[in-house]
Amino acid sequence: METLLISLLNGLVYGMLLFMLASGLTLIFSMMGVLNFAHASIYMLGAYLAFTVSEYVGFFPALIVAPILCGLIGAAIEIWGLRRAHHNGHIAELLFTFGLVFIIQRVVQMTWGMLPMAYRVPPSLDFPLFVLYGSNFPAYRGFMLVISAAMLLGTWLLLKKTRVGLIIQAALSHPQMVSALGHNVPRVFTTVFAGGCVLAGLAGVIGGNYQTTEPGMADSMGPIVFVVVVFGGLGSLAGCFVASILMGMVQTFAVVIDYSIADLLRPLGLAISGDTLLTEVLTVPVARIGALLPFVMMVTILFFRPRGLMGTRDT
Amino acid sequence: MRLVQGLLAAAVVFSAGIAVRPAVAAEDTIKVAYIDPFSGPFASGGDEFLKVFGYIVQKVNADGGALGRKFEVVPFDDKLQPAEALIALKNITDQNIPFVMQCTGSNVGSALVDGVSKHNARNPDNRILYLNCGALATELTNDLCDFWQFRFTGNVEMRAAARIKALPPEVKKVYLLNQDYLFGQSVQHDTKKWLEKLRPDIQIVGDELMPFGKVQDFSSYIAKIKASGAQSVITGNYNRDLNLLIKAAVDDGLNVRFDTYLAHLIGGPTAIGSAGEGRLSSVLEFHPNVPVELNKPDAEAFDNGWRANHDTDFSEVPFLTMFQMLARAIDKVGSTDPLKVALALEDMKANDLVGFPVWMRKEDHQISMPYYAAHFTKDVKYDSEKTGLGWKTDFIASAEDLTLPTTCKMKRPKS
Repeated sequence: METLLISLLNGLVYGMLLFMLASGLTLIFSMMGVLNFAHASIYMLGAYLAFTVSEYVGFFPALIVAPILCGLIGAAIEIWGLRRAHHNGHIAELLFTFGLVFIIQRVVQMTWGMLPMAYRVPPSLDFPLFVLYGSNFPAYRGFMLVISAAMLLGTWLLLKKTRVGLIIQAALSHPQMVSALGHNVPRVFTTVFAGGCVLAGLAGVIGGNYQTTEPGMADSMGPIVFVVVVFGGLGSLAGCFVASILMGMVQTFAVVIDYSIADLLRPLGLAISGDTLLTEVLTVPVARIGALLPFVMMVTILFFRPRGLMGTRDT
Repeated sequence: MRLVQGLLAAAVVFSAGIAVRPAVAAEDTIKVAYIDPFSGPFASGGDEFLKVFGYIVQKVNADGGALGRKFEVVPFDDKLQPAEALIALKNITDQNIPFVMQCTGSNVGSALVDGVSKHNARNPDNRILYLNCGALATELTNDLCDFWQFRFTGNVEMRAAARIKALPPEVKKVYLLNQDYLFGQSVQHDTKKWLEKLRPDIQIVGDELMPFGKVQDFSSYIAKIKASGAQSVITGNYNRDLNLLIKAAVDDGLNVRFDTYLAHLIGGPTAIGSAGEGRLSSVLEFHPNVPVELNKPDAEAFDNGWRANHDTDFSEVPFLTMFQMLARAIDKVGSTDPLKVALALEDMKANDLVGFPVWMRKEDHQISMPYYAAHFTKDVKYDSEKTGLGWKTDFIASAEDLTLPTTCKMKRPKS
């Protein structure tokens, strides 16, 4: 029971971090049709920028400044890069963002070096919030939950309740019509791309000290964010939210499960022994392959429901 | 036209920034090729080692080099991939470089053992010697041993023996957590073997492999460790797999020891920071406080020479020993011929930076050297990576203690 509750909380924190990253990606995708490979790189930039900014002015101003810087970088990428590549179709855009991944990685390595940064949780948030069955729940994780929930609420209000959101949603499905009504559609695109980058940057600021700020952090987050977006359904913010929380939970809970497929088969009278071709596959405990589960889930959902959990169109 | 000039200038600046080849006059130096990752996710290790070799070679050359000639390290990038390493090896043998070093990754190491052995069999007049300074898999000097490989660092089993010897007697319950790939499995295997041999009183309350570099949230592992009642987590994890584990333990308030193999790897102390205080230990080849503890002012001065210009620690004493032994072997036989040098290296005895005896065993070409088990604390003269905390020795496992039996049946060249 106690492990369940603790894992539930930790899964929620991790899921919300995933959501901050994935929501930006899914917004950009649904708006512009661009699967932005460099999204996790912006996340990394957010963490590094937050580290550097917080060296001078402290963590809380960095929480504002670093995402804005990421947004500006995103806007620049859209205006001077993506928009040109856009004329050559989606493949060109895809390859463009793919190339960006390596460029950003190298720039980060050349600017900050290859070693992890000493980016730490601010002392004012570095205490246990409450104790649950003898385990501390750190205040910083609570803070992460609050920030991500606020971001979720903010994004939802912006998209559903404001005029800007209305135009964004309209431009998503009927760009020509919106353009004909006198709105500057390219600028809407830039705004959305920059907005997505702000969210990624924000995730970087609070994820960078929750995990480690190092040049490999984009590589470790990138694939899982794609899984979330595909699983949740391309272009669906709600689906993205459900998928993020689900992936967070699955990865957290998988670790606690020490059973294998063989254990499942045993009550049915099927004992696995010896050294057959499938022994390894059948007897490996779930905990050892936990990190693989999200990908299994993605493949499965693409098979049975190509549009994802709540997607509105096929992948 | 101006655009072209600009691009050219940019290209020059860019390539200068990433060039790994130091500009040294090529003639009359003794070239030692160095294969390691200088790009990709593991580049931090290769980059750092290259700087360390720069510092070491400076000293060895100042001490006279070998045959009155200076050493020159020529780096080749393998991106930590065996195939790339073999291409580099071809390149190296084409340039007639007689020695090749490699310090990261047993997968690359075993490819090189094989590649060098085949090359030397086919080209007896253009042989090359493989100086292994960091491919740790125990097999490389056991079942896979080869005449043309000399390993100048302790293998996993030697480290495991040192690790277990250094466990304090009050530890009775341990949890093994390792990465699910060759190195992690090898650590898991050898740790269990030596626990059984040296500390039968210790109970293994958890034994687990985790996906390598994929886990984002370690809090569930911490919950399992807590439930197991372990006093110590023995782990071969490194980089983020170790940093995040220790962070999660501190966040949780779990009070266990982390008896690691590789916490001291470059960047580790920075990433772990004060979270490691009083709970983190590692087995090291050397650390900056060793000369202080043993009262060796010369070694301390040498270490300070490195600290003056670098934020990282100098712990690569085996690299220094390797160059010193190589220089002595070359001087002894009066040539850089790989076969002659190899024969001279066999059974060679030397003293390391602080004067401990080390020797190269003829049977399997594995060096016997001491290891330091140390914990991470504020109570030291020299801190690690400017974190305010550093390594303090708890236990020294001597070279005799770590001279382990080998299964090596070496095929020796006829001539």
